[in-house]
Amino acid sequence: MSTSELTHDMQKTLLKGARWQWPEILFWLALASLYLLFPSKLSLLSEILILGLLALSIDLVLGFAGVVTLGQGAFFGLGAYTAALMGKWGMGTAPLSDPLIGLVCAALVSGLVGFATSFLVLRGSDLTRLMVTLGVALMIEELANKLKWLTGGSDGLQGVLIAPILGNWDFDIFGKVSFVYCYVVVFVMFVIARQFMKAPFGLSLQAIKGNALRARAIGLPVNERLVMVYTIAAMMAGVAGALLAQTTQFASLDMVAFHRSADGLLILIFGGAGYLYGGLIGAFVFRVMQDVLGNITPQYWQFWLGIVLLLLVLFVRGGLLGLLRNMRDRYAPNLMGPPSSSGSA
Amino acid sequence: MLTILFDGLAYGMLLFILAVGLCVTLGLMNFINLAHGAFAMAGGYVTALLMNRLGFSFYLCLPAAFVVCALIGVVLERTLYVRLYDKTHLDQVLFSIGLIFVAMASVDYFMGANPQNIVLPASLQGRIDLLGASVGIYRLFVIVTCGLLAVALQYGLIRTRFGSRLRAAVDDGRVARGLGIDVAQIFTITFAIGSGLAGLGGALGTGILSIDPSFPLKYMILFLVVISVGGTSTITGPFFASILLGVADVTGKYFIPSIGGFIIYTIMVVVLILRPQGLFVRGGSR
Amino acid sequence: MSIVLETKNLSKAFGGLKATDNVSFQLQAGARHALIGPNGAGKTTFVNLLSGVLQASSGSIFLDGQDITKWSVRRRAISGLARTFQINQLFVDLTPLQTLMIAIAERESSGGHLLRPVGSRADHVEESVELLTRLGLSDVMTQRVGSLPYGRQRLLEIAVALAARPRVLLLDEPAAGVPESERGQILDVVDALPKDVALVLIEHDMDLVFRFAKSISVLVNGALFMEGTPSQIANDPRVRQVYLGEEAIAHV
Repeated sequence: MSTSELTHDMQKTLLKGARWQWPEILFWLALASLYLLFPSKLSLLSEILILGLLALSIDLVLGFAGVVTLGQGAFFGLGAYTAALMGKWGMGTAPLSDPLIGLVCAALVSGLVGFATSFLVLRGSDLTRLMVTLGVALMIEELANKLKWLTGGSDGLQGVLIAPILGNWDFDIFGKVSFVYCYVVVFVMFVIARQFMKAPFGLSLQAIKGNALRARAIGLPVNERLVMVYTIAAMMAGVAGALLAQTTQFASLDMVAFHRSADGLLILIFGGAGYLYGGLIGAFVFRVMQDVLGNITPQYWQFWLGIVLLLLVLFVRGGLLGLLRNMRDRYAPNLMGPPSSSGSA
Repeated sequence: MLTILFDGLAYGMLLFILAVGLCVTLGLMNFINLAHGAFAMAGGYVTALLMNRLGFSFYLCLPAAFVVCALIGVVLERTLYVRLYDKTHLDQVLFSIGLIFVAMASVDYFMGANPQNIVLPASLQGRIDLLGASVGIYRLFVIVTCGLLAVALQYGLIRTRFGSRLRAAVDDGRVARGLGIDVAQIFTITFAIGSGLAGLGGALGTGILSIDPSFPLKYMILFLVVISVGGTSTITGPFFASILLGVADVTGKYFIPSIGGFIIYTIMVVVLILRPQGLFVRGGSR
Repeated sequence: MSIVLETKNLSKAFGGLKATDNVSFQLQAGARHALIGPNGAGKTTFVNLLSGVLQASSGSIFLDGQDITKWSVRRRAISGLARTFQINQLFVDLTPLQTLMIAIAERESSGGHLLRPVGSRADHVEESVELLTRLGLSDVMTQRVGSLPYGRQRLLEIAVALAARPRVLLLDEPAAGVPESERGQILDVVDALPKDVALVLIEHDMDLVFRFAKSISVLVNGALFMEGTPSQIANDPRVRQVYLGEEAIAHV
């Protein structure tokens, strides 16, 4: 085969990995169809989408860049409070209470804080990063608790009113508008994340994750890229938080609590890190199970969550999607083109 | 003022006994066992059960808690933990979180969510005057016991053969193995002692700490702070770090209640940024 | 002939140990230079100093006349100084094609681009394919690097360095750890390296050294013991003495 033929083939192969595959399209259509199939569970579904977005933000940092962080929940909370405060101050009228403007502001605030704190994860071992991000998340949680005059403390922020979306659609009590709103926003965020990860930027993150020394030796500005992905992830987590505040017209300390970071991480690990879809799928499984098992006894859920975690770490590498990929590699290697090479947690 | 310092000292010493096992485990096998707090919780529950249901004396519960938790530690280490030594830190963290959840949920289910209360023996109740301050006898007992344990640990580490083998294994496991030191065995023993101490700490501190199902998570963070500030290559590092934190926490909560845990988290983050190895490190390879 | 890489009194001390001792060294453009010395002589330390993995304790390094002593690994890399590692430092979960694509993208400062997917630059793909083919890796271009046999990985290690179109290339024992059957490929590749690249080869394998080098430096205990042409080095009795116990100098 001549070089130009080979080049042509290789280019096709590379670009094929970037094109939307049928399982992806199916996934999003199926997700949309839930609107029709489960009209009584729309607020649960909205919550799942929001959690999925949070987990996606962690995926960018952990699954692609290999940076362990327990601090994404802080950005989630920041975004939530930003959107809620705007809703409260605007008293239900645009521009302050406009949901889209709220999203943008939430993204800006959490992005700024993310950027300012990104230096924390640039160096140090996994353990150091874990502890530093944990420490910062706890600090922000404490801060929110102490700034009662701003955040409403443990009572939560009351009087949040969100203006109709684009002036037309008001949030209804059935959650229909909320669901569509969340779906569209999450989808847009997802497309952006996907685009970034399929671009050289995403590949360079994987290189950093794989071998930071080698990355530097080929001229990769490692710190610069890490700061970028951390900031982008913070913005996404902020948008997720804002969505929650806007759709529930409420903000509470629970949204900035440490367990948000932990939940987000667990959800991502369940679904599989490094695949982009792991967060959404994990959110689905996680939240549904929590609903089902938690109704039996609250301890039931925590117990089985613990067991699943133990089994996951001991026996299953890469979460659900990792499992699927291994099965695909073993039984149908040519399905959907070459195996994606992003690693798993 | 002195009373507060004493309280802080008691809290700090207790923290040390609770956390020392975790520090050594991390330094020895580079293994993060966040579930360490579950052993402490177990010690507290064992004490409460033995005292409240079986009428045991408080003093008897202390060695009992140690033994029970050490045994649990050995079993868990040989069956579960040993599979995780080669895994990434993230995997280890996730695993230990899973373990905590299982422990917390089980305890909640069988014992309920309310904190366990015990009645301290009469010999430990009341206060005495020490150095012009009014000090609780119980807290004095805690300080003395923990102090003696700390000295014993340091002695054991520096003066015994087991201690020198342990230090060799911490310094460089490969070389230690090459010298014929059974590192796996050392680890099991160390893990057992560490878990036992955690249990003992939980038992000893039943009157100070809140023994309820959320204990492991609440105190996990404190243990992590002790590690970050104290480093993992010595015992003296975590010792002073615990005292520092205990005093800081108690005085902070007393004088500026609005700050609360903020100080502690800030200390941890600042220390980790400036010196990722901790403040009191010996300058070793970690 | 211009000097493309130079060190002046370069030293590196670890506590009391002088790993690199006052080395003053010059590399001409297009050179074929080898760096040899007994085990522990400090060859890899020297390469680490040149590439920036280690910071010098004293002395200076010049690339094309510019003082790069304080520069980071990354900055030296984008200025035309590339190296291979003695133990493979590759991206095990990526494919060779992806590895070169990102290396080329970084060279062209487009590694941080966010929108067009990897593969849309046909010129980058072409260059990657051509380079991989030249190094005999075209049949494994889309396989996971971690699954490749060691010799192939070693070739990729060289390919990654070449993708940067360096002016200076430091090869740290390219044949190390490679099974006998795959060595020939490595030797051929080293032979065929572009003539305008100045090469420094660190090797124990004297076959490789004498086949390829036009000039040799001998490093002993971190210091420059002597320099000369291959025949000078081969015939020098002091060099033989330094290597006593190792089967080394056999060819002229």
